Amino acid sequence: MDQKKLKLMIMPLLLVAGLTFFAPQKPAEAFTNQVIQQGSVGEDVIELQARLQYIGFYNGDIDGVFGWQTYWATRNFQYEFGIKVDGYVGEKTKQALERATEYDQSYVQEQRNQGKDFTHYGGQDNNQEQQATGQESEAPAPTAVNVPKGFSQNDIRLMAQAVYGEARGEPYEGQVAVAAVILNRIESSTFPDTISGVVFEPLAFTAVADGQIYMEPNETAKEAVMDAINGWDPSGGATYYFNPDTATSDWIWGRPQIKRIGKHIFCN
Amino acid sequence: MVRWITITVLSVVLIGVGIWGYQEHQDKNAVLVHAENGYQRAFHDLTYRIDLLNDKISTVMATNTPERLSPQMADIWKITSEAHSDVGMLPLSLLPFNKTQEFLSNIGEYSYRVAVRQLDDDPLEQKELDYLAELYEQSNEVKRDLRKVQHEVLNEGLRWMDVEIALATNEPGDNTVIDGFQTVETNAESYVEAGSQFGLTATAEDEKDIQLEGDPITEEEASQFIRKHFDLEESLELNVSESMDGSDLPVYYFSFENDTHRGYAEITKQSGHVVSFILNRDFQEREISLHEGMNRAAEQLKDLGYENMEPTESMQYEKVGVYTFVRTEDDVFYQPDRIQIKVALDNGEITALSARDYLVNHYSRSDVDYEQNITEQEAMELVNPQLEVGESKLAVIKNDLGDEVLTYEFIGQANDSTYKVYINADDGFEEGVERLKNSERIFESS
Repeated sequence: MDQKKLKLMIMPLLLVAGLTFFAPQKPAEAFTNQVIQQGSVGEDVIELQARLQYIGFYNGDIDGVFGWQTYWATRNFQYEFGIKVDGYVGEKTKQALERATEYDQSYVQEQRNQGKDFTHYGGQDNNQEQQATGQESEAPAPTAVNVPKGFSQNDIRLMAQAVYGEARGEPYEGQVAVAAVILNRIESSTFPDTISGVVFEPLAFTAVADGQIYMEPNETAKEAVMDAINGWDPSGGATYYFNPDTATSDWIWGRPQIKRIGKHIFCN
Repeated sequence: MVRWITITVLSVVLIGVGIWGYQEHQDKNAVLVHAENGYQRAFHDLTYRIDLLNDKISTVMATNTPERLSPQMADIWKITSEAHSDVGMLPLSLLPFNKTQEFLSNIGEYSYRVAVRQLDDDPLEQKELDYLAELYEQSNEVKRDLRKVQHEVLNEGLRWMDVEIALATNEPGDNTVIDGFQTVETNAESYVEAGSQFGLTATAEDEKDIQLEGDPITEEEASQFIRKHFDLEESLELNVSESMDGSDLPVYYFSFENDTHRGYAEITKQSGHVVSFILNRDFQEREISLHEGMNRAAEQLKDLGYENMEPTESMQYEKVGVYTFVRTEDDVFYQPDRIQIKVALDNGEITALSARDYLVNHYSRSDVDYEQNITEQEAMELVNPQLEVGESKLAVIKNDLGDEVLTYEFIGQANDSTYKVYINADDGFEEGVERLKNSERIFESS
């Protein structure tokens, strides 16, 4: 524990020392001391992408999400600069980047705000634009988000609405389970193959039938959906669930039951 | 005088209400007709397509050359998929109709396999011709039954809206449509069974229960296990339940709750493996990096006794990191044996873990020696030359047919996109190509 604390205290010091040493004239916006890796999101990634683009390794969007293109750019950079090629942006890679490139946060931010494609290639003189801006701009924010494979933010939103409409009073795991049932149905050969197909199948969900699906879902419902998409399935692979107090169909009672979570019995 | 005024006012109001009511009634009717039209369309489409399907199967039986057979089979595949989507638009979810769906999807799956197969080298066997003849007979029956229902719907002006109401209120009574569909379903049950006799299609029921090695554990042991591995406070009360008969993996499951946390955990009754763990709470500002979170996740896996787990995916969603770890053995990645872990990036706490895939796949695999007849270099030559390969490794994956195969996994770039290509390490077959895409632009423009 003590060692960890010590490390935490020393790291920023080292970083500051490194900066003043390597870039004494221009106090560039510095990376924080985290190791940046694939899947990372945030300011550090924006800086990384801008710096990689500055020297022509990266030509994608500066969107603040460490995706595959950033990954390959990082690896190429590491290869060219004789650093271990692993795609992790650690201390060595950052130092090499800071030596080889310049990063002007306000300029990059301005370009991004104007929705321009970023043009920060090496050697380009951007002094004029920079003087024109003058004022301090806010910290850059990512313009993209990670989404699980095969899903759009809108798909997730639609599922969250269905989960919220169906199970908002349920415990968290019950909400994840309902989301998992939707996904299990997509996988199953006896149900439609899309989220909207499953959700809007006539009589499949009461929340769809009575319009509750059009309510604004809360954060919990969204988190539950993300968990289900990322592989959590408290329902145990169920394709049906029902509320034993209100279920009217005899047939549903005949299905093999897996477990009960909150008010719902999940079955196959 | 006052009386006359009152009478006039009241009559005006009455007429007004009457007109309003009539308009409302008209509106409601319009909506009902609209909904009914949607159902009618899906239903008539369905009967037409089953008819067409029956027709196509019989054409296939009379076709001889592979050049004609492949497109015919592709056609069948398309028709079954359309019929499948028609069923999805009818209010049948409360009616047992899944055997018929399964029957359709079996035909679809089989025809797809034949359509993509090299029929010149590998023509239809006698067994398959018999299967086709059987399918023809069965689809003939489905067609006849559905056409009969259709006739009654048209002749007697039956409404699908009535079907919906009857099903929703669970009072089927003597609804002709429901009876008709039940007949189809009862017959389909025997088709699915007959189909599996040919060994050409897999039925959903084939999935067997998962057998874990080791001794059964008690509830008490299971709850001790959770407390120990997930740092739960002593004061937290665990509510325990047991899974019911329909579960393929019998578990104890626990839920617990205090002011800030809500949690859930599943432990297998046999030998006490964690299947699932979920902790839901509010997350504070991010303090640790995605990378640090990954190290915490790896520690947790070690703590739970999982050895040789390698991270294959990491993803930051707002304030949490989600990681996928895969079991490796002799530098081979066993993709089906995967565990997902979620780490809160505010304090590094493990907030969720899912080992279901690992348990299901790892313990159902018998000891297999995968054949490896081609070298990495040879496999690389089989990859599309456009692809600039950046990484490669050996991986066991589940292919399209659901079989586990040993492959070379190549990750590379072409046209600004990144792809994963799997080449079978035994015969060089290209098992799959996958486009990797994990981020999406935020749509809101603030």
